[in-house]
Amino acid sequence: MCYILYVFVLCLDLEWRWKCVAKDADDDEDEDRIGFVITLGYDFDMNISVLLPASPFRVSISRLSYLVCVAKQFIYAAIYLIMALLSDLINLDLTDATPKIIAEYIWIGGSGMDLRSKARTLPGPVDDPKKLPKWNYDGSSTGQAPGEDSEVILYPQAIFKDPFRRGNNILVMCDAYTPAGEPIPTNKRCAAAKIFSNPDVEKEVPWYGIEQEYTLLQKDINWPLGWPQGGFPGPQGPYYCGIGAEKAFGRDIVDAHYKACLYAGVNISGINGEVMPGQWEFQVGPAVGISAGDELWVARYILERITEINGVVVSFDPKPIPGDWNGAGAHTNYSTKSMREEGGYEVIKKAIEKMGLRHKEHIAAYGEGNERRLTGRHETADINTFLWGVANRGASIRVGRDTEKEGKGYFEDRRPASNMDPYVVTSMIAETTILWNKS
Amino acid sequence: MSYRLSDLINLDLSACTDKIIAEYVWIGGSGMDLRSKARTLPGPVSDPSKLPKWNYDGSSTNQAPGDNSEVILYPQAIYKDPFRRGNNILVMCDSYTPQGDPLPTNKRYNAAKVFSRSDVVAEEPWFGIEQEYTLLQKDVKWPLGWPIGGFPPPQGPYYCGTGADKAFGRDIVDAHYKACLYAGINISGTNGEVMPGQWEFQVGPSVGISAGDQVWMARYILERITEMAGVIVTFDPKPVSGDWNGAGAHTNYSTKSMRNEGGYEVIKKAIEKLEKRHLEHIAAYGEGNERRLTGKHETADIKKFKWGVANRGASVRVGRDTEREKKGYFEDRRPSSNMDPYVVTSMIVETTIVWKP
Repeated sequence: MCYILYVFVLCLDLEWRWKCVAKDADDDEDEDRIGFVITLGYDFDMNISVLLPASPFRVSISRLSYLVCVAKQFIYAAIYLIMALLSDLINLDLTDATPKIIAEYIWIGGSGMDLRSKARTLPGPVDDPKKLPKWNYDGSSTGQAPGEDSEVILYPQAIFKDPFRRGNNILVMCDAYTPAGEPIPTNKRCAAAKIFSNPDVEKEVPWYGIEQEYTLLQKDINWPLGWPQGGFPGPQGPYYCGIGAEKAFGRDIVDAHYKACLYAGVNISGINGEVMPGQWEFQVGPAVGISAGDELWVARYILERITEINGVVVSFDPKPIPGDWNGAGAHTNYSTKSMREEGGYEVIKKAIEKMGLRHKEHIAAYGEGNERRLTGRHETADINTFLWGVANRGASIRVGRDTEKEGKGYFEDRRPASNMDPYVVTSMIAETTILWNKS
Repeated sequence: MSYRLSDLINLDLSACTDKIIAEYVWIGGSGMDLRSKARTLPGPVSDPSKLPKWNYDGSSTNQAPGDNSEVILYPQAIYKDPFRRGNNILVMCDSYTPQGDPLPTNKRYNAAKVFSRSDVVAEEPWFGIEQEYTLLQKDVKWPLGWPIGGFPPPQGPYYCGTGADKAFGRDIVDAHYKACLYAGINISGTNGEVMPGQWEFQVGPSVGISAGDQVWMARYILERITEMAGVIVTFDPKPVSGDWNGAGAHTNYSTKSMRNEGGYEVIKKAIEKLEKRHLEHIAAYGEGNERRLTGKHETADIKKFKWGVANRGASVRVGRDTEREKKGYFEDRRPSSNMDPYVVTSMIVETTIVWKP
């Protein structure tokens, strides 16, 4: 019996096809055969074709040299089949089989940057976080509680659609409390939520647009993706918004992340390749008040889940490579109602003045290791200097030309590092510009 | 790339949101480096004048100083995005200062001015551009399919050839063909070229400024595809020195008068005018062209202007059909593969229609 399988699979950088091959030139007989032609990528142009006769014993001597390769191909075939079965299971649409949904509860761990999550089954779809049950986790395993009193309680705060499980399944952004109801020390959301619910802040409707930069690293060696091992790529210049195999490394991750976030309901407004090769940026916003922090954390979670799928490591370190290579920041664009209306430019200038007076307090809260990044070079302002300007990328705070021209708009705080906590940064900017009075 | 990633990349968002993704594409400071970044828009858009202007960091592309770095992007043409599909789009843009002046590297602006002249519009200039390019292996930058540290057998079998020992990289070419048709680019054909690893696609017939827009967007789609394939594309006019063909961008051209009765006389007059401005054209026809236009390998020597019917060694070639029917078009064979189509198309029009010697 002849199998005619015509399958294109892009898997592990191998492209292979199975097809029914015509008769073997060596033999007189016209036999059904299974043959396969394997082309291994573009780096090595090996066309291995093996003709297997239908009967397992009629392997001609001239084909013996291929048998070792054949064994390898069968292993790859087995892997392919396993992955095909796995993907069928992962992509099972449960909505016909059951009303139950899966909710992935996400929280921030003890370092303030490590994201954690676990999943639970719920009896049916939920779209209001208040209707989700509180949960708990083992805080002693995340550096957030002692072993003899390890329960930390998760309060659900925001719901997003799960781009990995799809269907009615959800991601839930949570924050962490003691059993007595106190926010644990690493819970920065609680204090931020208080600031954002202050009536003076609420009526200003603070908008945020956060430009999250990040670097992709090769697994195990922790060297940027696309960089030669033990060496460096050509100097910066061609990579910003660049295209091409020698300029853009990891676009698949970026594009998958863009769509996954839009699917999830995260207000992702754009992406671009960054100045350092292997570095990328996405923007979240405009988001109001506390939701800016929620959306950015969920976007980071989705990004790290995607790099996990791809066998790549994501780093939010603000200066992953010392030397003449750009760092990674999280520029935070900000406006209030007053800034967006007529006469807003004066409000902006006053707000920037206040920010200047509290420069040191802000810098202390704008991310660990920022001093390696804010050097005054590579489109940053020196960490000890507060400087603002229109269209000036070397400033601490930049005001866009549009805003200057129209007399209203927003400004960009360029100081926060890529590893900043958006709850802290967004609430601090609101606090300084709306609540704080120079004394 | 794992199947799980491809599930996400191929997510059809139209079921859960009206939002679309628009990839804004522009030309960087070298005049040949394409750049792009994406933004979310609230719903589908089909008219470029309805797209918002945007801006980018010109100090990172050698187009502005760091303390005054904003460069403004004006959307000029929309194409369907073959990578993201759905209602997502690619947008060809050009670059301006915040005051509204075109940057020095913005060649589209002047071309658009030429093409909107009433005497030019009346002549309805058509262009068919034959873009040649070479595929190189990543890291070693040696042509695709060539043995590392060596050469394949001499030219002969490769032009339009098939077979694993003659055609290198057809997957890229075929993917590019369909992707461009999907995008709405008027790609009229492809063929394997005389040098192994070198290919050609043709864009046209396109009218006026859209020839430039379409060629640039086709180049963008090509480089995105080679990025996916882990291969490098080069538009260098003579990628390998010696007895190997160079890469050009022959530009076929006709006006209304040339396509109508008596057109052959109009063609001859136009070619005469091109001859008189040979040096000016050559200067604008691409960097490094002197390595390619040697008089050998189906080119005319860069210093000489020569035209002829069916003559591939000429600067300008007229097809036998055109000679026989006494109307048609002609082919300027001088532009190199790294020419700027905005410059070349508008200059041909300027010399043949506008210029009065």
